[in-house]
Amino acid sequence: MSSPILKLIAQRIALGILLLLAISVLIFAGTQILPGDVAQAILGQSATPESLANLREQLGLNDPAYVRYFHWLGGVLTGNLGTAMSSGQDIATSIKGRLWNTLFLAFWAAIVAVPLAIILGLIAVRYRNGWVDKLISGLALASTSFPEFFIGYVLVYFFAVKWQIFPGISTVYEGMPFGERMQAIALPATALTLVVLAHMMRMTRAAILNVMQSAYVETAELKGLSAFNVIRKHAFPNAIAPIINVVMLNLAYLIVGVVVVEVIFVYPGMGQYLVDHVTKRDVPVVQAVGLIFAAVYISLNIIADIAAIIANPRLRHPK
Amino acid sequence: MADSKAKPGLLLDIRNLRIEATVYPPGEPPKNIVLVHDVSLTLEKGKVLGLIGESGAGKSTIGLSSMGYGRGGVRITGGEVILNGRDILKGGKEGFRKLRGREVCYVAQSAAAAFNPAHKLMDQVVEATLLHGTATRAEAEKRAVALFKKLSLPNPETIGERFPHQVSGGQLQRVMTAMALCSEPDLIVFDEPTTALDVTTQIDVLAAIKDAIRDTHVAALYITHDLAVVAQVSDEIMVLRHGRLVEWGGTRQIIKEPRQEYTNALVSVHEIEHAEQKPGTTPFLSVKNVTAAYGRSHIKVLKNVSVDIYPGQTLAVVGESGSGKSTLARAITGLLPPEEGTVTFDGRPLANRLADRPKEDLRQLQMIYQMADVAMNPRQTVGTIIGRPLEFYFGIRGKERDRRVAELLDKIEMGKGFSDRYPAELSGGQKQRVCIARSLAAKPKLIICDEVTSALDPLVAHGILELLLELQKEENVAYLFITHDLATVKSIADSIAVMYRGEVVRYGPKSKVLTPPFDDYTDLLLSSVPEMEIGWLEKAIKGRRMASAGN
Repeated sequence: MSSPILKLIAQRIALGILLLLAISVLIFAGTQILPGDVAQAILGQSATPESLANLREQLGLNDPAYVRYFHWLGGVLTGNLGTAMSSGQDIATSIKGRLWNTLFLAFWAAIVAVPLAIILGLIAVRYRNGWVDKLISGLALASTSFPEFFIGYVLVYFFAVKWQIFPGISTVYEGMPFGERMQAIALPATALTLVVLAHMMRMTRAAILNVMQSAYVETAELKGLSAFNVIRKHAFPNAIAPIINVVMLNLAYLIVGVVVVEVIFVYPGMGQYLVDHVTKRDVPVVQAVGLIFAAVYISLNIIADIAAIIANPRLRHPK
Repeated sequence: MADSKAKPGLLLDIRNLRIEATVYPPGEPPKNIVLVHDVSLTLEKGKVLGLIGESGAGKSTIGLSSMGYGRGGVRITGGEVILNGRDILKGGKEGFRKLRGREVCYVAQSAAAAFNPAHKLMDQVVEATLLHGTATRAEAEKRAVALFKKLSLPNPETIGERFPHQVSGGQLQRVMTAMALCSEPDLIVFDEPTTALDVTTQIDVLAAIKDAIRDTHVAALYITHDLAVVAQVSDEIMVLRHGRLVEWGGTRQIIKEPRQEYTNALVSVHEIEHAEQKPGTTPFLSVKNVTAAYGRSHIKVLKNVSVDIYPGQTLAVVGESGSGKSTLARAITGLLPPEEGTVTFDGRPLANRLADRPKEDLRQLQMIYQMADVAMNPRQTVGTIIGRPLEFYFGIRGKERDRRVAELLDKIEMGKGFSDRYPAELSGGQKQRVCIARSLAAKPKLIICDEVTSALDPLVAHGILELLLELQKEENVAYLFITHDLATVKSIADSIAVMYRGEVVRYGPKSKVLTPPFDDYTDLLLSSVPEMEIGWLEKAIKGRRMASAGN
């Protein structure tokens, strides 16, 4: 590892932090322009001008916006995400368990989806334009084209209702044994896998096909390497940067975009938590969840950038 | 040639080889074309056969057929390729894989592109040997290091640890030769191995390849379009044209007593008589003490460069890649504003930056590039392309514009009918002619020609040079002619500037620059141009006073 690489990586991380700060401003501003404020929301129908004024005083709502922003930001940085209005519970505590659940689901979906997508992509390139390629592309496209709720309900119909292999409702709780937990998430994880598979697979295929035109691929063929080894040893390492990028985008989707799947399977994750509190207009919770989603998205993209930098031999081994 | 089975030393025997491909012309149904028409050749063990011809002659296609390989959709549809006594075309895919990298190895034109950027050189050099199991890793690496030494690569023990981008082009070409030799094949196909290199680097690589062939007793097919190069390394030469055999004979016979007219044209292609014009009294364009660098870099690409250009004359700028000759053009046109120094035009200084120059100044300086096909919009017709400067600079439109376009097409010796064609429908030489017409349309005082003939076949390049000279007479236009090819310089220049590492090392009228005594660099440059003479390579290497920059 040499200094140009470290410099590039430091730049990416600094940019990510700046971006996250900018997003926190946007999230805060967004919730400010909504009509009404927290005091009104809490008091609801029973609000009198006096009680409103009192509560505003109490919550610090009369301070200028930037003071409230920094107050909120300070809280976030020290791990205090505030209190949910609807339930009066500490947001950080209730999010912790749910974030863990979401990550657990995303992790297992990714463990299946990423290698499967890349291997299918490699196979599609190996038999490009043949029937194997067309079959893989067709199935992958179909699975992406169906909306997630449709896939979810089809899975529930067959695996939960008809054959009764897996539960249709993915209830998990603290202290649940690992095996049961895995059984509970089998269907939502499958649904997620089917949704993200095609995008990654097609990108892998396209990135490798692009590299297959190179002179060094011809060199490898003329050494007598088998078609699959040419792809694996010579094409794939040079196609890795775009593949990592699309993989990370899909991982981010697995965490921040699972709302529909979580709702279908009644899975106690972040998505469901967010939907619940949006309907209740619980602004502090929406802010907190929004910020966490943004952080996940940005960090995964930073990881993709860094991986692409490290994968480039020109940067890793300067002249 | 006699019946092959009678000859015991025979390695490769290609009989009536026919190669076809399907092409998809725009707007027409796909059709089959024959690339190689029933060509036969034989090669004995340890001998070198040169395959020579212009692009499209089928020389690479024939070379690759000895490995059973067809680029793109190319198919071998007839004939036999007998290697070591068996017809490899009957072996199928498995058979091809077993012989590629073991019996036959390949050295590509651009080693820089042919090495995988993601792997270390050593891993790539020994890959074929390990794949075919002819040696253990330790043995193969030992062999590779010995080959690096033989090919006089710097740091032979450690160069294998490097990645391709850490090694220069000339060195990579030698590493690729080592890669081909590492699995101890019977035959190596060299496909234009020195074409992409500078002349001064080419001579080293050529000598290294020649020594390696001699010491390892490997047979070779040496493919090139440069007769002078192939004359140095091969025992026999085969001249091909449009996929057909033109002439096949010993090297001496082909270059000294060619029997076919086409071979004769190839042998004598380089010479254009061009009488030097004496510089006039006042230059119309002067470059004074120009220093330039890219970005905020401390490395100056141009150092204190001064040259003058006289009306209607040609200044040739010669040097190898990286010497700053194209950067000089960029400084003159304002694409790269110089850090110091000035460019004066007609007695007044030109604005440094392109954006600050008035349209009239832009009109006076036009450019033609090496790659004609990427210098034109593929979706515009030839008429639109040539007509554009007429509209832009002179506001000429409609019928008058069409008339002028027809006139210009006539000047570049292309008929009116080309006006409606698209660039993709033209040959390489025709594309370059269209670019010339486009620059002429602006009626400039100076045309900067940046390696305009380097991508063309010798005979086509010859035609372009003659056209440029004739146009100069008619239009009294001056050329700044950038090239690395000294033969071209001799045929077109009135004065010459030799550049080396950003500096002009020799400058003056052609006759003076090309007359001894030379400085060391000009001497190296001149002595590195291959001559069509057997034994030239050894003489040239012996007589050198300085090593080339690639080493």
